[in-house]
Amino acid sequence: MALSDWERPVIKFTKDHEWIKEVNGEYVVGITDYAQTELGDVVFVDLPAAGAELGQGDTALNVESVKAVSDVYAPVAGKVTAVNEELNDSPQLVNESPLENGWLVKMEISEASQLESLMDETAYSAYVEELSK
Amino acid sequence: MSDSEETVGELKRTCLFDLHKEAGAKLMGFAGWEVPVQYSNLKDEHQKVREQAGIFDVSHMGEISCKGSAAQSFIQRTCSNDITRISDGQAQYTLLLNEEGGVIDDLIVYQVSEQEFFICANASNVDKDFAWLQSQNSEGVDLENQTPDFAQIALQGPLAQDILLKTFPALKDSSLGAFPFFSFRKMEEITFGSVLIARTGYTGEDGFEVFLPTEKAPDLWRAFLENGAFPIGFGARDTLRLEAALPLHGHELREDLPALTANISWAVKLSKGDFVGSDSLRSLKEQGLKQKLTGLEVLGRGLIREEMKLQDLEGNSVGWVTSGTQTPTVGKAIGLAIVDKEFSKPGTKLQADVRGRMVEVQTVKIPFYKKKQA
Repeated sequence: MALSDWERPVIKFTKDHEWIKEVNGEYVVGITDYAQTELGDVVFVDLPAAGAELGQGDTALNVESVKAVSDVYAPVAGKVTAVNEELNDSPQLVNESPLENGWLVKMEISEASQLESLMDETAYSAYVEELSK
Repeated sequence: MSDSEETVGELKRTCLFDLHKEAGAKLMGFAGWEVPVQYSNLKDEHQKVREQAGIFDVSHMGEISCKGSAAQSFIQRTCSNDITRISDGQAQYTLLLNEEGGVIDDLIVYQVSEQEFFICANASNVDKDFAWLQSQNSEGVDLENQTPDFAQIALQGPLAQDILLKTFPALKDSSLGAFPFFSFRKMEEITFGSVLIARTGYTGEDGFEVFLPTEKAPDLWRAFLENGAFPIGFGARDTLRLEAALPLHGHELREDLPALTANISWAVKLSKGDFVGSDSLRSLKEQGLKQKLTGLEVLGRGLIREEMKLQDLEGNSVGWVTSGTQTPTVGKAIGLAIVDKEFSKPGTKLQADVRGRMVEVQTVKIPFYKKKQA
């Protein structure tokens, strides 16, 4: 394993197009570039309250674009520790920077083993490529 | 993440489907048809129509012809507007009502002559409309459902006239000053066959709707694109019509809601004499309408969507949202709603049930958007 693999944060993906990655011991959740493209211009993010307990696959929040409302599911079980307050004024960050500034919630995860069931970057890329065919 | 909108069943495709697919449009189910929801980006497409010009494939719309010596009196009796107020070459927005005064469909009727009318109906209603018209046909007029024969392309936006003239040079000879809103031309065209061009639309902008033989439609679509129009999907079609507060059947207009509720009395001429639904609407008018269509603006956080319930500030149910989203030109979360009449005055504060969360809204005047007068 190359050193760079150690340094890169591990990012995992769900088949519903959420991502979760560990940053300095916290788990950050968002939606993927594919998801934001499919959704179109995000105009509102209905963020949950910090402290909300979620099971794996529970609806964590809604993201609304002009044309539809979409549920965002918790990739793994855990507790919401923080939400991206910036999205209240700038929901378009989800489109502009889905993997960075457009993150949605931070979580304290209860079962790290659930991460194993998610796709890694290579598997997710292949999955999206298949969907786009 | 998952879209809450789903498509079910077998979907029909218009003759332009392959072109949409080639252009990379995102497709979805609408009124039984597989239609392009967007080509690039909904906001951009919306603004293209407001600032330049866009084309819409509305070939899913229905067409019915009505011919015969009694054609005019048949239309007069089955539709709510006064057909005797228009002349040959003019079109009229009208409603097909049931006996209770509810709206079976909203239509545009084109008068070719007093013995020949061409009717444009909503895609999901055309079979129902046709059956209804047949059941009402005591005058013995010739009715034909011609939906499969026609494609329809709408060209909308401030540059629509320029693009139309480039595409149909024959129109240059006739003065376009004599082509006012809600008039139309029928002509034999070398490239595009027998076309009907009407100055009508569903966006709040100037523009035209062109009916033509299905097999010629791809050529016209390409010609409009070459002459500077942008392809526009159904996503922007909905935000454009919502800003202009143009009603959509099944939302603002419904069979179980009296037509007059939808602020559409200008298309319901109770003074013209008896027509299907007129008795019910007259007595309703006398009693006073209980509900009214209004515009809504969201004051709190969130978007309002169709079917969301509305309450007054004390929590009493007062109506529901018929259409709603955030729209590009207005730049706010807006919607249309049917509310109890006493709550319809502009500036009335209400709350919308947004998936269990109460969000403050306010009634406002419609339309939300009006084009600048040229």
